[in-house]
Amino acid sequence: MERRTLIKTFAASLLAGAVLAGPALAEGTITIGASAPKTGPLAGGSAVTYWPAIQLWVHDVNERGGIDVGGEKMKVELIEYDDRTSNEEAIKNIQRLATVDKVDFIIPPYGTGINLATAPLIAKYGYPHIAVTAVTDGVDEFAARWPNSFWTLGTSEGMATSLVDVMKKMKDAGQINEKVAVVNVADAFGIELANAGKPAFEEAGFDIVYETSYPLQQQDFAPIISSAMNAGPDSFVAFSYPADTFGLTKQAAIAEMPVKVFYTGVATAFPAFAGANGAAANGVMGVGGVNASTEAYQDFAKRQEEVTGVAPDFWASPVQYASLEALEQAITAAGSIDKAAVIEALKSGTFDTIMGEWKFDNNVIRSFWTVGQWQDGAFQGIASKGAGGEAEPIVKSGWK
Amino acid sequence: MDILITGTVLGGTYALIALGLTLQYGVARIMNLANGENLVLACFCAFWLYTAASINPVIGIAIIAPAAFLLNWLIYVYAMKPLVDRAKNRGQLEVDSILATFGLMFIMQGVMLLVFGGSYFSYNFLSEPVRILGANYGLNRIVALGAAVVIAAGLYLFLYRTRYGTAIRAVSVSPSSASLVAINVPRASAFAFALGGALTAAGGALLSTFYTFNSSMGVIFTMKALIIVIMGGVGDVRGAVLAALLLGLAETAVASLIDPGLTLAATYTLFIIVLLIRPQGIFGRQTA
Amino acid sequence: MTRFSEKEQRVAAFALLGFGAAAAIPLVDDGYYLSLSVNIAMYAVLCTAWTLFSGPTHYISLATAAFFGIGTYTVGLGIDSLPFPLLLAIAGIAAAILAGLVGVATLRLSGVYFVIFTLGLAELVRQVVTWLQTNFTTSVGLYVFTDMTEKHIFWMLLALAAIVYATGWLINRSRLGFAMRIIGNDETVARHVGIDVARSKVILFMVSGAFIGITGAILAPRFAYVEPPSAFNPVISFQVVIMALLGGTGRLWAPLLGVIPFTILFDRISSSFPNHTSLLIGVAFMAIVYFLPRGVIGLIEDFRKPRAGKAGTVAPVPEAAE
Repeated sequence: MERRTLIKTFAASLLAGAVLAGPALAEGTITIGASAPKTGPLAGGSAVTYWPAIQLWVHDVNERGGIDVGGEKMKVELIEYDDRTSNEEAIKNIQRLATVDKVDFIIPPYGTGINLATAPLIAKYGYPHIAVTAVTDGVDEFAARWPNSFWTLGTSEGMATSLVDVMKKMKDAGQINEKVAVVNVADAFGIELANAGKPAFEEAGFDIVYETSYPLQQQDFAPIISSAMNAGPDSFVAFSYPADTFGLTKQAAIAEMPVKVFYTGVATAFPAFAGANGAAANGVMGVGGVNASTEAYQDFAKRQEEVTGVAPDFWASPVQYASLEALEQAITAAGSIDKAAVIEALKSGTFDTIMGEWKFDNNVIRSFWTVGQWQDGAFQGIASKGAGGEAEPIVKSGWK
Repeated sequence: MDILITGTVLGGTYALIALGLTLQYGVARIMNLANGENLVLACFCAFWLYTAASINPVIGIAIIAPAAFLLNWLIYVYAMKPLVDRAKNRGQLEVDSILATFGLMFIMQGVMLLVFGGSYFSYNFLSEPVRILGANYGLNRIVALGAAVVIAAGLYLFLYRTRYGTAIRAVSVSPSSASLVAINVPRASAFAFALGGALTAAGGALLSTFYTFNSSMGVIFTMKALIIVIMGGVGDVRGAVLAALLLGLAETAVASLIDPGLTLAATYTLFIIVLLIRPQGIFGRQTA
Repeated sequence: MTRFSEKEQRVAAFALLGFGAAAAIPLVDDGYYLSLSVNIAMYAVLCTAWTLFSGPTHYISLATAAFFGIGTYTVGLGIDSLPFPLLLAIAGIAAAILAGLVGVATLRLSGVYFVIFTLGLAELVRQVVTWLQTNFTTSVGLYVFTDMTEKHIFWMLLALAAIVYATGWLINRSRLGFAMRIIGNDETVARHVGIDVARSKVILFMVSGAFIGITGAILAPRFAYVEPPSAFNPVISFQVVIMALLGGTGRLWAPLLGVIPFTILFDRISSSFPNHTSLLIGVAFMAIVYFLPRGVIGLIEDFRKPRAGKAGTVAPVPEAAE
């Protein structure tokens, strides 16, 4: 009997939950929905890059009284969902945001795959889709397929060829020899970069002496590092994901890998990278970067840490924030929260963001950071497609 | 040679991951899917002790392992015991324990997410290189290998040379017969479960010195541990250690000589071969 | 064989009514509730297909993600060159072949080994697929752009669900179903009466795997972008086992009792407490295990037979055989 009452109470509370679901909203607020991993394999990345930047932006907007919409200041209310790094959850969350919560705007999810999986839905409901954490070569094709979508972080091809340019200059200056080892994580990001990078290396006169791919969630990198070392290259390039970025770097430091260029992929730009590697991080190159010496970035970094307790990364965090600044300014420019008007405003407007001035060219931001390098405690952008303010690359000397 | 040493070191790491589970599953009969979370929690504790109180992780084990022992004892008595009492047969318990520890896994993950957030953690401890036969190895990994040897040997001596250890082995063979010879089966099971948890936590503390970890990473360790435990023969310490070594060597050899993309394939091929030749595990007994 | 008892007619009418009502869902709402329904329908098919094999044999298979991923990949690879219905068939066949291979290798072993091997199978297949793609093609991601919307996917899933139920019902009435019941009760007895135990299990595993593969294929257009981590997501395997066990595996329709309430429950939790999802799902889970020891179906049976309900586990007595 007791058990049955318990179950009844349980069921009743569930029902109550169903009725009360959805926050009660005050007049004159803009509701913005966000769905991204809080758990699952991608949660480690989104906890650094995605959520804190969004929270800071909401905090900032509300602190200055709200977004100016046709003269009225409207506060922002954020609805967050966890997609548990799963496409089904993400699709359902977007549907819920659009049709149940009826939010005014949606901040697209974290990660290339989930951005693409949810893009048709976001397009169906006519929301602007300003994708940040999606690096792919298909940006123009996607922008044409979904005219409401905007792409901000760059292309794999741009990332890889830019790296080759940096290294070619170093080779021509006699700083490194032509031998390079190239490894990549067997996932969309790693493979796209490797496919673009390898031919570019050969064209630039490099000799790829060791190449391999390794699976996601690989934990142990001793064999890769020692095989690469046996080939005797001056440069080691890994198009890697967070966990392997950490693993490869630690292993290289222990093996005292004698390379002059050491490049790793996603998460090299995370503050935790410097924390994990200490002095060994100095001189390590990685994907992304930012002009870390600008006032705008430093101010952003300081405030994000104050407000959210999480330091931003040196790549996508500021872009994520900038994408929201662009959204805000587009809403103000449109003078309404009408989605189609905001999309038009995004297409044609010029936006003043912490990443500098933004103007979408056929829905794509063409200037983006491509390569960064840890120099004296900061991950400085050393190459970009037209972002400006690049630092000079330095030759990696040792792991101490 | 390089492969041999690297493989052995990796095998030592695997042994640390798997030894606890072999007790929990073999003796207490709980297929603990929260094993990896237990390990990651210990990583966080070691990290916290080291950064906040600057306690060396190896010494930190002295705090972490007893704490984990207590925690797992409580988990067993309050969460698992009712299932054991309720189960009519081993199959039923297997299903129930999978479900319950699956829930436990989520709870532990949720707590860690609340406390530590979702991002990556790591710190530097003993990460200087040691030179063995012309190649460098991380000192922290060598320490972990040493600890794995000590723990495995200690466990072996305990299980095979002491009275209580023999009692525990008796429970792992047959709980019903063990109770006939005046062994307090519930107590021995609780002890084995708690000891398993403590071993896993000790492993976690050591692993934290060279792995980068976050709240959602437990599953990876659980998978590895399960494979090793099954390969070695459920509840057999010698088998688990041997399986861990075999796996470490095989993965390193495949990654160095063939392709790092095929290590899992190698693992499972090895797994299948072992099972086809010895379906009861390397040292396992043929069950009736 | 062709005669239907009164009870069977009742069940059939009931089922038709249920399917009819479900099929009307997309006409009422094509937003969030449709999405939720697609998720429910997907897990209903997966769990029922899983139970086809695991119910009578008591083997816990964690290979769902492997079959599912194979299906998704078949569509990803062939969508530009082959018609969709053909791809569904290929997906089913490919998954069945994989199931057959795995079954031959592992079904002779005892249950525990089977659990672990299937757990790793999805990872293994994912690694091999990724490795093949990295080394022999140019990219890992595949795009699946079609005109299909959630509505179409939902209807296809419903149709598949109907087929799965019909198949399950036919199996129960067949020699194979009878053999499985004997095997489930006592394998030794089964062997003594001349049943080829291993062969029966493998066949059943293949049928179950084929349905899971087709489900994956149907869902591929929903994802638009197919890559190994999402196609072979191990979480699917676990969720299927858990929902099926929560519903109860003794009857063909029992998993449905797990799928519907728990999809909704988990959804409620994750939308109301986005920052504590894991914790609360864990707590809900433990509560369910303790308070519903025999799954939802156990609860229903308690209601039906208040006196006899307590004793024994659910015997694998299928609906149609009563």
